[in-house]
Parts: sequence; structure tokens; C-alpha cells
Amino acid sequence: MAGSTLEIKDLHVSIEDQEILKGVNLTITGGEFHAVMGPNGTGKSTLASAIMGHPKYEITQGSVLLDGEDVLEMEVDERAQAGLFLAMQYPSEISGVTNSDFLRSSINSRREEGDEISLMKFIKEMDEAMDYLDMDKNMAQRYLNEGFSGGEKKRNEILQLMMIKPEIAILDEIDSGLDIDALKVVSKGINKLRNENFGCLIITHYQRLLNYITPDKVHVMMQGRVVKSGGPELAQRLEAEGYEWIKEELGIEDETVGQKA
Amino acid sequence: MTVETKLPYDLEYISQFSQEQNEPEWMKSLRLQALEQADTLPMPTPDKTKIHNWNFTNFKHNATGGTIQSLDELPQEIKVFFDTENQNQNLVIQRNQTAAYASLSPKLKEQGVIFTDIFTAMNKHSDLVQRYFMQDAVSVDENRLTALHAALMNGGVFVYVPKNVVVEEPLQSVFWQEDPEAATFNHVIVVAESNSSVTYVENYISHNKEEEAVANIVTEVIAHDNANISFGAVDNFAQGTTVYVNRRGVAYRDAVIEWALGQMNDGNTVSENITHLIGDNSVSNAKTVTVGRGKQSQNFTAKIVHFGQQSEGHILQHGVMKDSATSVFNGIGKIEHGAAKSNAEQESRVLMLSKDARGDANPILLIDEDDVTAGHAASVGRVDPMQLFYLMSRGISKQEAERLVIHGFLAPVVKQIPIQAVREQLTEVIERKVY
Ligand SMILES: Nc1ncnc2c1ncn2[C@@H]1O[C@H](COP(=O)(O)OP(=O)(O)OP(=O)(O)O)[C@@H](O)[C@H]1O
Ligand SMILES: [Mg+2]
Repeated sequence: MAGSTLEIKDLHVSIEDQEILKGVNLTITGGEFHAVMGPNGTGKSTLASAIMGHPKYEITQGSVLLDGEDVLEMEVDERAQAGLFLAMQYPSEISGVTNSDFLRSSINSRREEGDEISLMKFIKEMDEAMDYLDMDKNMAQRYLNEGFSGGEKKRNEILQLMMIKPEIAILDEIDSGLDIDALKVVSKGINKLRNENFGCLIITHYQRLLNYITPDKVHVMMQGRVVKSGGPELAQRLEAEGYEWIKEELGIEDETVGQKA
Repeated sequence: MTVETKLPYDLEYISQFSQEQNEPEWMKSLRLQALEQADTLPMPTPDKTKIHNWNFTNFKHNATGGTIQSLDELPQEIKVFFDTENQNQNLVIQRNQTAAYASLSPKLKEQGVIFTDIFTAMNKHSDLVQRYFMQDAVSVDENRLTALHAALMNGGVFVYVPKNVVVEEPLQSVFWQEDPEAATFNHVIVVAESNSSVTYVENYISHNKEEEAVANIVTEVIAHDNANISFGAVDNFAQGTTVYVNRRGVAYRDAVIEWALGQMNDGNTVSENITHLIGDNSVSNAKTVTVGRGKQSQNFTAKIVHFGQQSEGHILQHGVMKDSATSVFNGIGKIEHGAAKSNAEQESRVLMLSKDARGDANPILLIDEDDVTAGHAASVGRVDPMQLFYLMSRGISKQEAERLVIHGFLAPVVKQIPIQAVREQLTEVIERKVY
């Protein structure tokens, strides 16, 4: 079998004693691109953050396995070292730390001591990736995300993705705030990684992104769980008709997580 | 007056000491007068820090050190402060109170630049030193410690840059308290005449943990019309030394004084950094960083007083507090009546690394003039967990992530330190103190 497999089984997540995820099941395997869609406030970012180990989210039930290893037992950095990556909906700004120093530390954290990437090789790879993403070279020496525009931050997430080359990536609204050209560039970057060793979970509200990155599977989240799955045609139908028909089909009145199912 | 502040040094001792240093008469009488004043003057009263039971009396006043023929003789912990690759030609090393090593490039000598230990300066340039010694900046009778400083002054340097001379290479002093009990009563004077410019950097180092000592330092920085002084310092006294350091600047018309102070002492410290913007269009940027650890208590005042019109004063204080260290940061912008169109900005930020540490940031604006601009910002907080999550989600360990955030937090001041070796040293000291 090629690539890694991320299995999410019956995942329940609470924040400050309020249950937000109520049993999510999802399996992503190397080579597959999955899209997760769903109205606002239905638990998509919560799912992404919980998988990566955000300290605020408490897992109350279920499991997350990466190639059979218990992800939930790992620290955040160990999850990354194991091959997970999360492009965040709202990336942090970190003053005084240059983008390039940060990236080099990130890459080296996944390599053995003594086998660090050479500065030459790093600069070359970074230059190439920045060219590919149409990024201003000055961005390398600027402080991490500090003062970056919304679109620049998103591009910077993809730059990290391209350089870190994880096994499984979760991209949370990587398309939000991007203009048309940036959307194309970012999609190009993600598609470049598409191969049988790379699996991706793409959280988005818009079919537009999926026009550039065709998903193998599309899932819809409501009330803190996956309520419907299908192929790319599901995303197209959502774009055309919205979510009302799914709610009717499943007898859901309020799709947000606050509601009891 | 409490008993502990009685000193074992009397008029006779000081007279004798002055004689041994071959000092001019004016200095001797200044010392003797200062000692008498010390008896009646009050101790300084740093806001919110109690210093009454700090050690200001237990020290060895007279401690000499061996001279140094070549920098190679120095131990590694002192060597690290120099750029050994392209060695700085303008260097003074003071070992306890002995001027152990001194060099100044022939070119600067020719241009009339003076850079020597304070005793040599008093001998060779008595009038010049007298003109500036506790005259325009710090007064002898400000408090008991300034008076004691004058009475017991036992080291320091004198820097003088004549009119129109631009000193390109930085001047560097290293003050090494080698004897664990030696007192550092250093006096540093930096004078830049009209249209001149100079960069000066100093390091204070000691390694005394259990043994007690006192540092009582007064520094006077005078920038005449259109002069430019960039002043960098890394203070790194060990736990046993109690420090009072008073660094004061006076800027005349169109003059600029830049301060970059790495305040890395491990003992109790009162640090005052005050700049008087006397002339129109004068400018001062005062940037300081500090890391507090252990049980030390520190009080930092950064103050800029505007007298001249259109004068610009910016204060930036960044501090990191760990263990059960306590620090008070006072950022004070004062605009006097008549200093129209001046601008006073101040920012104090404290990062807390433990729940027992205490940090207090007090930005204060005192404005006596209508036509001015001013602003201040202050914060005391913890490392943002979202920042740590973000960094760790890329594989960076928690410790490394914290390290990055802390260095990033201190970077705005660290990168202002003029000499690369000193900058690297400061970074290393920060590293050592934080972990
Ligand atoms: N830190 C938090 N504190 C309190 N409630 C939270 C917190 N984080 C998330 N929630 C709640 O959990 C629910 C799900 O939020 P989540 O961010 O996962 O939604 P989402 O599907 O990503 O929405 P969107 O499409 O708007 O990004 C929301 O009701 C939200 O208010
Ligand atoms: Mg979201």
C-alpha cells in the first residue's frame, strides 16, 4: 500500500464541556484528496484542530490513528513529525522569527540530528517553491506572518506544505480570502504534491477551489459529524442547491453543533 | 538612617586613595565633599521596589587586577565578547579596577579622539574631564548612591570625540569584575562634540554567586549640536553583585542618542536610563531588554525628558520573567512647557514564563505643553498558546518553539546592539538565562 493512512473513528470532541464533535468517522489514504464541506459552525475547524492536537480541545471518545499509531497519544510536534500537517484557517503571527528560519527549523525537526538540510539546499528549495507560488522573495526574511495580508498568509501556508512535504495534510479554508489568481497559484501548489504518497483533507465552502483540485471524495458535516459523503458531483450539487436538501433528506432543522441530533 | 549603610571608608581613606591614583586636586575635593553629603542624602526611591535591605555596603573597594599583554591570555568567558576574527583596535579592558588593556587606532588618535580609562584621562586631560564629571548630566547630590559613587569612584572610561570627527569603528569597553568581592564604582563619560559621531559599546561581567559585591555605576553621555551617539551595553553581573546603574544622556540641538541596553544582571538591580533632550530637533531612542530569573528583584526606569522643540523620544522596554523574579518597568515620557511639536512614545512589554514571576509595566506620560504628540502601550502576558501550537504543528518541539517566541520577542532590541560579537554574546546570555 502506498502512502499513509489516517483513520478517524467515532471522534467526540468537547471544548469547555460543550460537545462539538459528536462521532466523526473518516479515513484518508495516501493518494486520496477528500473535501469536507458544511455550513458555518458545524465543526470542520474543530475536527482539523483536534487531529493536530490543539490544547483547547478535549477528546472525550473515539480514536485517530496514523498507520495504526495512536495520534491522540502524541504531542503536537510528534504528530507533525509522524507526517501530519495542518494549514490553519487563521495562521498565527510570530514577531522576531523570520519565515526562513522558521521553515528551516520545521524541516530539520523531521530529520535526524546530524542530517539537517544544508543551507544551500534549503535556500534553493525555498527559492523554487516561492517562484512556483509567485511569492515575493522578501517574504523569506520577513517575520513569520507578521503583517502578511490574508492572501499572503494562505500562500505562506502552502509554501510550508510544499517544503515540509507531509504524508497527510489538512487544509482549513485555504481558499478563503484569495483572489482568483492566488486561488489558481495555491491550487497549483497543492496539485504539485498530488501523488500516491500524499493524502489531503481539504476544508472549503466553495466549489470554486474544487474546480482546480478535483477531490476523490466529498463529505458534508453538520451537527458535529459527517452526515453525507459522495464523489465530486456532491460538491457541484451543493454549489447549485445549497444545504437545504440535505437537511430535508436527513430531517435536520438546525445544522450547527449546539443542537442535539 | 539604618546601620547597614555605614561604610568603613572615611575621609582619610578617600584622601589616600585619591593620592594613590595621582588625581588632580579638584577630584579629590569633589570626592571628600561627596562623602560628607552621602551621610545626609536619602537613598534613591525606585517606584514599587524596596531596596532598604539590599547590600550596598559590603564590598572590597580597592581591588586591582593584572595587566593583559595579549588578548589570548584571557579566559574563554571573557574572550567571547570580542570579535577575534577582525579584532577591534579600539578596546579598553578593565580588570577589577585596573586598566588592564587599552588600544586605540592610530587614525583616531591623530584625529584627537580620546578613549582611555578614567584615571589616565584625569591625568592627561584634567580640564576636559572636570568640565563633564557630574556636571551636565548626573549630579553628585541626587541621592546617597550618586554621592557615594563620586566619593568612591574606582574605574571607568572617558570618551571624547572632537568636532566633525566621524568614528566609524565602534569603541568597546569590557569591565570585568574578576575578584568576587570587588566593587565596581565605574564612571563612564562619552562626549561627542558638534557634528561628530561615535558608537560605544560596554560589557560588565562578573561570576560571583555567593560572595557579595556592589556595582555603583554612573554613565554620562553628552551629544553636542548635531552629534550622533550610539550607546550599546550588556550588563551581566552575577547573582552576588547588587547593581545601581545610572546612565544619563544629554542631547543638544539636532543631536541623536541611541541606547541599546541588554540588562542581564543576575542580582538585584536598580537601573535608571534618563535622557534630556535639551536642543530643538534632538532625538533619543532608548531600547532595553532584560531577562529576570531566580529570586532577583529589578527596577528599570527609562525616561526621556523633552525640553527642545520638535524633539523625539522613543522608549522600548522588553522583559522576560521566569522563576520567581520580580521586575518593575517604568517608561516615562516627560514633555516640558515650551517643547512644542515634540513626540513622546513608549512601549513596555513583559513576557511571563512562570506563575511565580512578577512583572509590572508602568507607562507614564507627563505633559506640560499643548502642541505635542504622545503615545504609550504596555502589556504583561504569557507566551501565546496559539503561537506555540502553530510552531509545534510544524514539528518544532515545545522548548524550541518557546525559544523562538522569546528570541523573537527580544529581537527588536538585540538587533540594535552595534558590535556583532556583543550581539551574539547577548543572544547567548539570553539563551542561558531562559533555559
Ligand atoms: N474556542 C472555542 N470556544 C468556544 N466555542 C468554540 C470554540 N471553538 C469552536 N467553538 C464552537 O464550536 C462550533 C464549531 O466551530 P468550528 O470552528 O469547528 O466550525 P467550522 O465548521 O469550522 O465553521 P466555519 O465554516 O465558520 O469555519 C462553533 O459553534 C464554535 O462557536
Ligand atoms: Mg472553520
